[in-house]
Amino acid sequence: MALLQIAEPGQTPQPHQRRLAVGIDLGTTNSLVAAVRSGRSEPLPDADGNVILPSAVRYLDAGIEVGLAARIAAPSDPLNTILSVKRLMGRGLADVKQLGEQLPYRFVGGESHMPFITTVQGAKSPVEVSADILKVLRQRAEETLGGELVGAVITVPAYFDDAQRQATKDAARLAGLNVLRLLNEPTAAAVAYGLDQNAEGVVAIFDLGGGTFDISILRLTAGVFEVLATGGDTALGGDDFDHAVAGWIIEQAGLSADLDPATQRLLLQTACAAKQALTDSDTVTVRHGAWQGELSRATFETMIEPMIARSLKACRRAVRDSGVELDEVGAVVMVGGSTRVPRVREAVGTLFGRAPLTSIDPDQVVAIGAAIQADTLAGNRREGGELLLLDVIPLSLGLETMGGLMEKVIPRNTTIPVARAQEFTTYKDGQSAMMIHVLQGERELISDCRSLARFELRGIPAMVAGAAKIRVTFQVDADGLLSVAARELGSGVESSIQVKPSYGLTDGEIARMLKDSFEHASTDKTARQLREHQVDAERLLEAVQGALDADGERLLSTDERDAIAFQMQELRDLLTGTDGPAIEQQTRRLSQVTDAFAARRLDSTVKAALAGRNLNEIEE
Amino acid sequence: MAISMTEAAANHIRRSLDGRGKGEGIRLGVRTTGCSGLAYVLEFVDDVAGEDKVFENHGVKIIIDPKSLVYLDGTELDFVKEGLNEGFKFNNPNVRGECGCGESFNV
Repeated sequence: MALLQIAEPGQTPQPHQRRLAVGIDLGTTNSLVAAVRSGRSEPLPDADGNVILPSAVRYLDAGIEVGLAARIAAPSDPLNTILSVKRLMGRGLADVKQLGEQLPYRFVGGESHMPFITTVQGAKSPVEVSADILKVLRQRAEETLGGELVGAVITVPAYFDDAQRQATKDAARLAGLNVLRLLNEPTAAAVAYGLDQNAEGVVAIFDLGGGTFDISILRLTAGVFEVLATGGDTALGGDDFDHAVAGWIIEQAGLSADLDPATQRLLLQTACAAKQALTDSDTVTVRHGAWQGELSRATFETMIEPMIARSLKACRRAVRDSGVELDEVGAVVMVGGSTRVPRVREAVGTLFGRAPLTSIDPDQVVAIGAAIQADTLAGNRREGGELLLLDVIPLSLGLETMGGLMEKVIPRNTTIPVARAQEFTTYKDGQSAMMIHVLQGERELISDCRSLARFELRGIPAMVAGAAKIRVTFQVDADGLLSVAARELGSGVESSIQVKPSYGLTDGEIARMLKDSFEHASTDKTARQLREHQVDAERLLEAVQGALDADGERLLSTDERDAIAFQMQELRDLLTGTDGPAIEQQTRRLSQVTDAFAARRLDSTVKAALAGRNLNEIEE
Repeated sequence: MAISMTEAAANHIRRSLDGRGKGEGIRLGVRTTGCSGLAYVLEFVDDVAGEDKVFENHGVKIIIDPKSLVYLDGTELDFVKEGLNEGFKFNNPNVRGECGCGESFNV
């Protein structure tokens, strides 16, 4: 029977109406899934008790490895093992080349601008790789919670632009997940600490993960959660600490800087282990091949100082954007594995003038908060769960005007959902169409901003230049996704676009991915059937052997016994192979030749039971 | 009239109550609904009503309203793990039939 969980008073769901929802932290280094059970939000462990799933995917000739196995295999199979794929989400090929030399993969361009990574299983987009991670988490959640999920809240860095958010949504869709909401990671962390239940105040969330850094300034007023400002750096994190330490090893050991991918990976793993050891000890012995050296915490701190300085600068900027003073910040929440580095905690504490909050595991806090939000959005209300989150737009949205300039329509840090309209006009007599080029960014020249989409408004009636009134409306939904509409007010002609970011997937690419997943579904199904046939066969063999041992001598002739033994041996031979249908057929044959034996055993048992009793006793 | 629970169930309830930070105990009950007529209720309790019966087992309070008690008398509450899935199970001797998934039942 279905297993029950404890509900809040008066909140027991109707039978078959439990709405299972999870929070997923799709991280650069590690990913987690969490859910609210018996009133508590907790991360869900896998069968081995591990909560964390390393965000690593390895493509093999047959099959996929996700998680620890893939991460371990990374040094030996660097080209087919994708790590830190989050850094590539929503990026174009050109962006990736800039990130460049640190990544050992072979990139190819796709149908869209998206970079594809060449693996033994063909070209994989970052969206597909992320979907493979999400699939594992979804399966874990469904097994743990005992049912299908109605949806998930997936967290993204606050600094993710539209293209990156869209890519994350595409990945979820590909993994068969219904996205209830994309939630900014810092906002999720604040929810996990229950800060939404607290008194009023300003809170800073300092999130230094494996590959991304976010700082968010939140204000709590009467249970309403408003993100005042966000800032950060999509390319700063613990991975950079690892690269710094790896650089130090290369220098100290006198290695040539031109290393093959496998050695690079191995070096990074050594570096990461050294970094972690320095959280608790003052010095660590580092070995690479024959070389060995001592790394002190002080040396390590000097190496990472520039990165810490970068993060603090972003903190000051976010505080300034939010219009509060540093000393108004009432609490600082630490998120992300890299906040375990003592120097990071110290520097943040000094900047804000108070000790940061660290009581919830910094690796789990985001997923825990996302699960609480998912539970609320799925309709399983918590007591007093009036959770209302207001988020902001991380980068300004606007469009291109004459001369290649960016005209901002919605400035950054505007709370969402939001709709803003602005009027534009024609610049030539008789102009009948207008190109709307949607952009995101803070810079004035469009070449410095990110192009999100282009569309055309046609059918403008002939007028002198400047007479047409074209109202362009920008609308951003609760997930931070944008739609833009343009309307000529005189004639009423209009045109609109649901922004499909330039770096998103084309329909052709999505179709191919879906086709791939169907093809995999059929191999998965065959594998499962084989396993079922094997289990059936083994069960029958065991039963027949047991019956032979008990009654074979007594009830069967030598010929009959030999016939059964022959069929059993045939089945055993087949079991060493993988021919499912043949195993099934032979199982049926063995079952047939033992039918008579089974009937005789039944008769003999009945006779034994009846022996020595008279009719009256039996009738009772 | 008695209700009991296994030690595993008691431990899990205690942990859940601690995590929640408040609550008197756990409410067991039935209500009319579902595909087979009745369904179980399993909730935290903040307020014990006057007519409620309270049973204590392994140091955890089980609270039941008198109407539900008729259907639950003799029940043992268990906490089980089935693979990755875990949760509570009612071992109720009064049950005569249940729907496929066991979420609703009749007596």
